[in-house]
Amino acid sequence: MTNDLDIFVGNTTLIDEEVYQLWLDGYSVSEAVSQRLRAGALEQPGAGPGAGPGAVLHSDTLDHYRTCHMLERLLHAPPKLAHQLLFQIPPERQAGLIQRYYAFDEPFVRELLGKKLSKGTKKDLDDVSAKTGITLKSCRRQFDNFKRVFKAVEELRGPLVDNIQQHFLLPDRLARDYAAIVFFANSRFETGKKKLQYLSFRDFAACAQHLIQHWTLGAVDSHVDDMDVDLDKEFLQELKELKVLVADKDLLDQHKSLVCTALRGKISVYNEMETNFKNLSRGLVNIACKLTHAKDLRDFFVDLVEKFIEPCKADRWPPSDMRLFLTQYTGSAHALDAFRHQALWDRYMNTVTACLLQMYHD
Amino acid sequence: MPGKLKVKIVAGRHLPVMDRASDLTDAFVEVKFGNTTFKTDVYPKSLNPQWNSEWFKFEVDDEELQDEPLQITVLDHDTYSANDAIGKVYIDIDPLLYSEAATVISGWFPIYDTIHGIRGEINVVVKVDLFNDLNRFRQSSCGVKFFCTTSIPKCYRAVVIHGFVEELVVNEDPEYQWIDRIRTPRASNEARQRLISLMSGELQRKIGLKVLEMRGNAVVGYLQCFDLEGESGLVVRAIGTACTLDKLSSTSAFLPACNSPSKEMKEIPFNEDPNPNTHSSGPSTPLKNQTYSFSPSKSYSRQSSSSDTDLSLTPKTGMGSGSAGKEGGPFKALLRQQTQSALEQREFPFFTLTSFPPGFLVHVGGVVSARSVKLLDRIHNPDEPETRDAWWAEIRQEIKSHAKALGCHAVVGYSESTSICEEVCILSASGTAAVLNPRFLQDGTMEGCLDQRLSWQPGFFSIGSEKGEVDFFPQSQDSSSLLGIEETSPAGCGFCHIPYDELNMPFPAHLTYCYNCRKQKVPDVLFTTIDLPVEAMVIGKGCLIQARLCRLKKKAQAEANATVISNLLPFMEYEVHTQLMNKLKLRGMNALFGLRIQISVGENMLVGLASATGVYLTALPTPGGIQIAGKTPNDGTYEQHISHMQKKINDTIAKNKEIYEINPPEIPEEIIGSPIPEPRQRSKLLRSQSESSDEVTELDLSHGKKDAFVLEIDDTDAMEDVHSLLTDAPPPPGFYSCNTEIMPGINNWTPEIQMFTSVRVSRLSNITLTNQMLNKNFNDLCENLLKSLYFKLRSMIPCCLCHVNFTVALPEDELIQVAVTAVAITFDKNQALQTSKVPAEKSLQRASTDNEEQLQFPLELCSDPLASQPFSPAKEVLESASSHTGIPAAQRVASLDKASPLAEGHARHRSVPCSTNSTVTVVKMTPLSFIPGAKITKYLGIINMFFIRETTSLREEGGVSGFLHAFIAEVFAMVRAHVAALGGNAVVSYIMKQCVFMENPNKNQAQCLVNVSGDAVIFVRESELEMVPVQSSTVISQPTSAGGDVTT
Repeated sequence: MTNDLDIFVGNTTLIDEEVYQLWLDGYSVSEAVSQRLRAGALEQPGAGPGAGPGAVLHSDTLDHYRTCHMLERLLHAPPKLAHQLLFQIPPERQAGLIQRYYAFDEPFVRELLGKKLSKGTKKDLDDVSAKTGITLKSCRRQFDNFKRVFKAVEELRGPLVDNIQQHFLLPDRLARDYAAIVFFANSRFETGKKKLQYLSFRDFAACAQHLIQHWTLGAVDSHVDDMDVDLDKEFLQELKELKVLVADKDLLDQHKSLVCTALRGKISVYNEMETNFKNLSRGLVNIACKLTHAKDLRDFFVDLVEKFIEPCKADRWPPSDMRLFLTQYTGSAHALDAFRHQALWDRYMNTVTACLLQMYHD
Repeated sequence: MPGKLKVKIVAGRHLPVMDRASDLTDAFVEVKFGNTTFKTDVYPKSLNPQWNSEWFKFEVDDEELQDEPLQITVLDHDTYSANDAIGKVYIDIDPLLYSEAATVISGWFPIYDTIHGIRGEINVVVKVDLFNDLNRFRQSSCGVKFFCTTSIPKCYRAVVIHGFVEELVVNEDPEYQWIDRIRTPRASNEARQRLISLMSGELQRKIGLKVLEMRGNAVVGYLQCFDLEGESGLVVRAIGTACTLDKLSSTSAFLPACNSPSKEMKEIPFNEDPNPNTHSSGPSTPLKNQTYSFSPSKSYSRQSSSSDTDLSLTPKTGMGSGSAGKEGGPFKALLRQQTQSALEQREFPFFTLTSFPPGFLVHVGGVVSARSVKLLDRIHNPDEPETRDAWWAEIRQEIKSHAKALGCHAVVGYSESTSICEEVCILSASGTAAVLNPRFLQDGTMEGCLDQRLSWQPGFFSIGSEKGEVDFFPQSQDSSSLLGIEETSPAGCGFCHIPYDELNMPFPAHLTYCYNCRKQKVPDVLFTTIDLPVEAMVIGKGCLIQARLCRLKKKAQAEANATVISNLLPFMEYEVHTQLMNKLKLRGMNALFGLRIQISVGENMLVGLASATGVYLTALPTPGGIQIAGKTPNDGTYEQHISHMQKKINDTIAKNKEIYEINPPEIPEEIIGSPIPEPRQRSKLLRSQSESSDEVTELDLSHGKKDAFVLEIDDTDAMEDVHSLLTDAPPPPGFYSCNTEIMPGINNWTPEIQMFTSVRVSRLSNITLTNQMLNKNFNDLCENLLKSLYFKLRSMIPCCLCHVNFTVALPEDELIQVAVTAVAITFDKNQALQTSKVPAEKSLQRASTDNEEQLQFPLELCSDPLASQPFSPAKEVLESASSHTGIPAAQRVASLDKASPLAEGHARHRSVPCSTNSTVTVVKMTPLSFIPGAKITKYLGIINMFFIRETTSLREEGGVSGFLHAFIAEVFAMVRAHVAALGGNAVVSYIMKQCVFMENPNKNQAQCLVNVSGDAVIFVRESELEMVPVQSSTVISQPTSAGGDVTT
């Protein structure tokens, strides 16, 4: 005797947290059932004696999967969940469902960061799946989430994080992460190079947050489209003016001596710093000057690593020394009489400093 | 022109994309009532249109208002081709037609399409201006209230319970009209939905007229069903109980005009009467706190009124007066006469109620049922549905005569059902034969019922006088005998006493003296279709007991088929009954409540499913065990096997007694007076079934002379039977289940509830099935379904599945469909444990303590309607103040016990989170008549909805399960939306009356019809009530009960 039809519908929609997670993780019903069996679901109270092994679980799992499946449509537009009439779900449960639906695996997103959220990328997800050990189904869901959020906020006015929160009802931290993902996808920063492999999603997310805060249009004017997604073109153009700091020999020497005076005896890698100062400074300023070129903009993080982090790592700078150096390096420029782009310099260096500090680890 | 219907279309949201090119929709709305249609403007290019229409006004007579549904159609405007329908909303405006219900319907309704399901929502406001119409010959019955609830609704009291009302209307089924061949499935489904809506309206109006004729103002226990007879038509029939109800909040307004000082006092007891039954045993909410709520002084002051419970509930008088059971004879006769006169005018003294005001039920005879197999023929003239009327009249007549044979004049807990397969139809009716207290039944004027009340008033006061209270012995001459009899039937056991003549028993039964009062005779087992009466004394907990049975039947046509079925029926009934009896014994219990036997007919088999809640009534003798006897003696291994089985059975009984906490006190023989005879199985189920030929056969279900607890194993069949007895697994720890409103023995409900519907369709794998195989399959299907439910709801432990309602159908060859609707309610475990220990001793002490307890729990005068929530029984017991019957409550303590004060804190934290930021009102749904931990403050009207859903892309929608899952969820959503639009926050007495599912996987098609109903209500959490200042009379006694409920 087989059950052709087997359903359970509660007035309050019942969603088992555990099954929901298995579903999100992309397991098939039978995989989920065996996982639950292993987890000892049947030993829980309520399973009762002699419950046919698996049969009860199978029916229960199928049921939840169906519910999840029906819910998925609503989860694509979370505000609908609060207004829809089909499922009666207490608000705090709704929030939980949304949050978990939009939660992502960091190893997965790390792979995708900076890539175009296109069909082509989606097709390659099986490689990502194989690499990360995350099921293809789950990869696709996460990819679609990124793309959906991207599409939804791409044309909107106002702060990116707020927009994401408003349209997807995500908690603050998750919304910030999505902002980072959107930002990376839009600017297509290179993150896949071998040199960058040591950086985690968290590192990039933190950098993205700094960039969004200080380098986008939104940093100066909060009433333009795409204000948080696109970098401030004018600002990037102006950055060329900083060239003078390395092009003018006097200025460079003056800058160096100011920094050296300030740091003497305060950092352990003083000598290395002194020898390398010109290289480092040239590196940072050159990065700034090239940001108008799309290709160089994309390589922003690669350049930071190549031009600054790697040399420092080679000399074993402790992070605290790097912090001191960058502070002094930025501050001393104000004392250069011939240098007139103080505001521009600060806007550039403050963000770069924050990124470098975030990225400077093993 | 007595009414003006006003409709405003406000807005839409989440509409589907109708124009692929723009991904948008140009929506407009058609509003139709009767033959008038209005349209809104087209709101271009939006999925969230804001129409903000003017008020569309329909001027119609009230007959039309009652019959017609308001039909709202949302369409997509298309310049070049026909406009596409997005979906429809049908709104039943009946709740707006009586003053006490809703005043406006306003809210978001799901836009429903029979092919696509819910497609967005529409915001609508509906109002009705009614003009007074004094025309005596009017055809409408506006103002008659309808309730699905099968007890007196919580915020009302019954002035008079008039009795049975029934009506049926027939029509051609649009699905079978010639036009159906050329129209789309959508058009056909919509025609059907509309027709049924119309027919329900008409039916309700007609029933309303009958109620008005009887001078009632309400129908309680309203049950409406559809018979899809296929080619021969569509029958919509309804039964209910006509009552005159008073809203409790306006009690004073209803006081009769006469000025006798006693009047008020008389009035009061009445107030309290209506509610109680639901409480029966399981006081729902934590008893605890209530005790505090009243100060002793308060209770004292109420003392006078507290005496109000009716005599039958006050055992002590009976005890003291020494009116022995034997004297009961003449009284009984007298009582019967009286009741008879009250019932005589009525064609059918039937009541669809399942629980009653205390004292209403004097004796219960047992279950009466009748079935009849009919051949369907085309209904030629829909306006004269005489054949169908005659069929039912016949069956009812039979029921009536069965009841008479049991010495009863009335049938309570009455219900009717059908099962149709092709052109054969089984009509079934069943109920519980009972003797009723005539005081509620008086027809006629207010004067009449006043008198009636006076007549039993003395009882109260004589009690009162014992307590040193008013001595008041008024004009009760004619009813004094009545009082006499009532005094001899103590509460808690009176209803168990046999109503029939001992010397002239309708069937072989074994009688003993009541184990409770020792004065009157009781049967050894009692089967009923009603809920456990409030006053009943019970030991331990109850449990769901099911008998399941399949019988193969030859395929046959027409008359031959009917004959085959008729021949099989008696055997099925017999076996179902035997199974029930054995399973009852196996659980060590002696009574069944809420018994519902469903026999469904299919092409090649019959299925019987009986569900009931078993309990141990203290008044009835302890059931004996089950003996197994082998037929072939002298065979060593065989006997060993037999004794092994016997041991297993004995173990199971012992285990069950432990699970259900059945530990009746040992009673010394002397007290009993008469020897306790060996129990013998006996049947209280009097049934018969008539064939198309109308021939009535009576079947003696008792096992003749045989000692009936003996199961003879003489063949493999019998062996199977014994095995199947043992296969019913008890619910896992932490779970209880029952099919009655509340679980005997659990009284500390916490407010978390979860109503659910579960449906399974099983395919029987091979065609060469035997009866045994079928039985096993069916049994497994039901058992597995229950197991799944327990597993699903495990997070609610400890909890009880209440009102577990199974329906079984045979949609096709080899397919069995089982649908269950029930509600899981959590309770406080700690208290429960506590409780369970007490009952035994308690019941022993009961008689002696009664008096004191009575004093401790005086009734409040204006007992408030709210307090009388079903769920509160327990509280009442303790704190009782509030509602009804202090006395029975006190007695109930015996069985329920008073764990209270201890557990106080427990439930407190369990409260259900309430939603704050969602725009959607949370609507609770429950098949029960109450909501634990809450008070129903208003009934907004009946919800009665019929939906059809069809798909031609079954696979794409997730197969049959996906399709039905979505549909049931949609049905819930639509019910909730309608309730919310009426201003309500819950549906009580919810029932899914029909779920007809048909599939054709080859064509990738499926269709499902669902009919649901319930009462829309507003409830207030007791914890919230506390904060509400006392404003009206309704609220007067609230503080008491509210105080008690803090916990929720």
